[in-house]
Amino acid sequence: MNAASAIPTVELNRNRADEGGPVRIAVKDLNFYYGSFHGLKDVNLDFHDRQVTALIGPSGCGKSTLLRCFNRIYSLYPEQRAEGEILLDGENILSPSIDLNELRSRIGMVFQKPTPFPMSIYDNVAFGLRLYEKLPKSELDGRIEESLRKAALWDEVKDKLRQQGTGLSGGQQQRLCIARTVAQKPEVILFDEPTSALDPISTGRIEELIEQLRDEFTIVIVTHNMQQAARISQFTAFMYLGQLVEFGPTNRMFMNPTERRTQDYITGRFG
Amino acid sequence: MDASNTITTTTGRRSGRVRHGRRVADRVLRIACTGATLVGALVLGSILVMLIVQGVRGFTPTLFTNPTPGPGSEGGGIANAILGSLVLTGIGILIATPIGVMAGTYLAEYGRGSKLAALIRFLNDILLSAPSILIGLFVYTLMVRPMGTYSGWAGGVALAIIAVPVIVRTTEDMLRLVPGTLREAGAALGAPPSTVIMSVTWRAASAGIVTGIILALARIAGETAPLLFTALNNNSWFSANLMGGVANLPVMIYQFALSPYPNWQGLAWAGALLITATILALSIIARLVIKPQASR
Repeated sequence: MNAASAIPTVELNRNRADEGGPVRIAVKDLNFYYGSFHGLKDVNLDFHDRQVTALIGPSGCGKSTLLRCFNRIYSLYPEQRAEGEILLDGENILSPSIDLNELRSRIGMVFQKPTPFPMSIYDNVAFGLRLYEKLPKSELDGRIEESLRKAALWDEVKDKLRQQGTGLSGGQQQRLCIARTVAQKPEVILFDEPTSALDPISTGRIEELIEQLRDEFTIVIVTHNMQQAARISQFTAFMYLGQLVEFGPTNRMFMNPTERRTQDYITGRFG
Repeated sequence: MDASNTITTTTGRRSGRVRHGRRVADRVLRIACTGATLVGALVLGSILVMLIVQGVRGFTPTLFTNPTPGPGSEGGGIANAILGSLVLTGIGILIATPIGVMAGTYLAEYGRGSKLAALIRFLNDILLSAPSILIGLFVYTLMVRPMGTYSGWAGGVALAIIAVPVIVRTTEDMLRLVPGTLREAGAALGAPPSTVIMSVTWRAASAGIVTGIILALARIAGETAPLLFTALNNNSWFSANLMGGVANLPVMIYQFALSPYPNWQGLAWAGALLITATILALSIIARLVIKPQASR
């Protein structure tokens, strides 16, 4: 157990995190294994309702691993497993009795590389909707327009909804994926380095978008870009070697980190 | 000082020799490779030229309209063999496509990393290179003997057994090319694996899978050995009776080419040209299907 050093930090963070309003996701004593590799070690962390929480840390620190626990997407791979508890509105989503597909319809995910499906723009957005709701055509059209508007893509694609989603530019594809996720009206949206494959202008648009989506959704974003974390998040968690090193409001984390390692990483001394 | 000088000169002289040696080796290899290519191209080219010259001569007005003539008689055509071949390959591909696509999907999607999948993949590779005459004999024992007659159904089944491993292999390979993130994206929306496979991964790999099916079609269109023991032949008009022998191009070619009658030999040439042209056309279609996918 490496908890000896982690416990006081986490207690401290708990207290500070109270500033952020109600807790949507509570991670308790989470451990994660890739086969025999121990990827996450005793992580304790709270995510606040309708806030953006950024997970930062050097490559391999476990930030994407943590993100992939929230919709249990890791369970596509039999050798990966998680132990501990992740409470979504008080319900443990790591419990074996959880319906994974239902869970994933409540927790959306946007990936590093845009993942448009090989179908029309319309069908891409309708994909998730059709899975869980039987909507009449007019209502479906309305939900698709609403989702594309929320993803700031409507004006660019409204005249070519029947064209292939794969024909859009990289930035547009990523916004299409966001529209597809938003359409399901999830409670939480997970972003796994959503802008690392995009140019600066597209990145700027996605960041503005995340800022707007915060009104409705609880957002967790993994990012390699510390400026990005500082720009768009209210809370930041710094991870290192599978452990949560420090967690707190983004301003304090960047201005006045309590941990030496956080400071070293943020100032660019390693990572 | 002296020593280092000696070393430099020796190295210089040696590297000169090495460079000369390499140039010779390069030239020898280049000549050998070019020569081998020419021999191969010449053989293929002469077959093709022969086929076109002799085949075109056999293209009579009645080729596509009349059934095969009796021994020694003049005229006639190969209409029954063409129709029979279409029906037999049709049956073969209709049986093989669902089995092949499903099995390939199992290997690529459900059985990833499992021992059973590894075993099936190994057996499939063996079947892929199995001599086709063995498959003919297998279906003979399985269907022709118990049913007491050569039949179109047996021919179709034999062709299907040859097509299945081709389709399994290409389907699996094409599905493996679909990025894992696409599957994750489907699952992340709450779609069950069956939906992800049917609406996302199959779609993403569709051009490749269709290409595999077309190539399997091209492969079985010219198969002779499996039909010798199963569909055999039928010199009368195709009667839509698949419970009896069915005329087909490969067996017709085999029988007519070995006959002493010039008329039959001419028809065999025409049939051979027809099959070659069909396979060529199928291969070209297969390339065209996969092209838009590759340029994306």
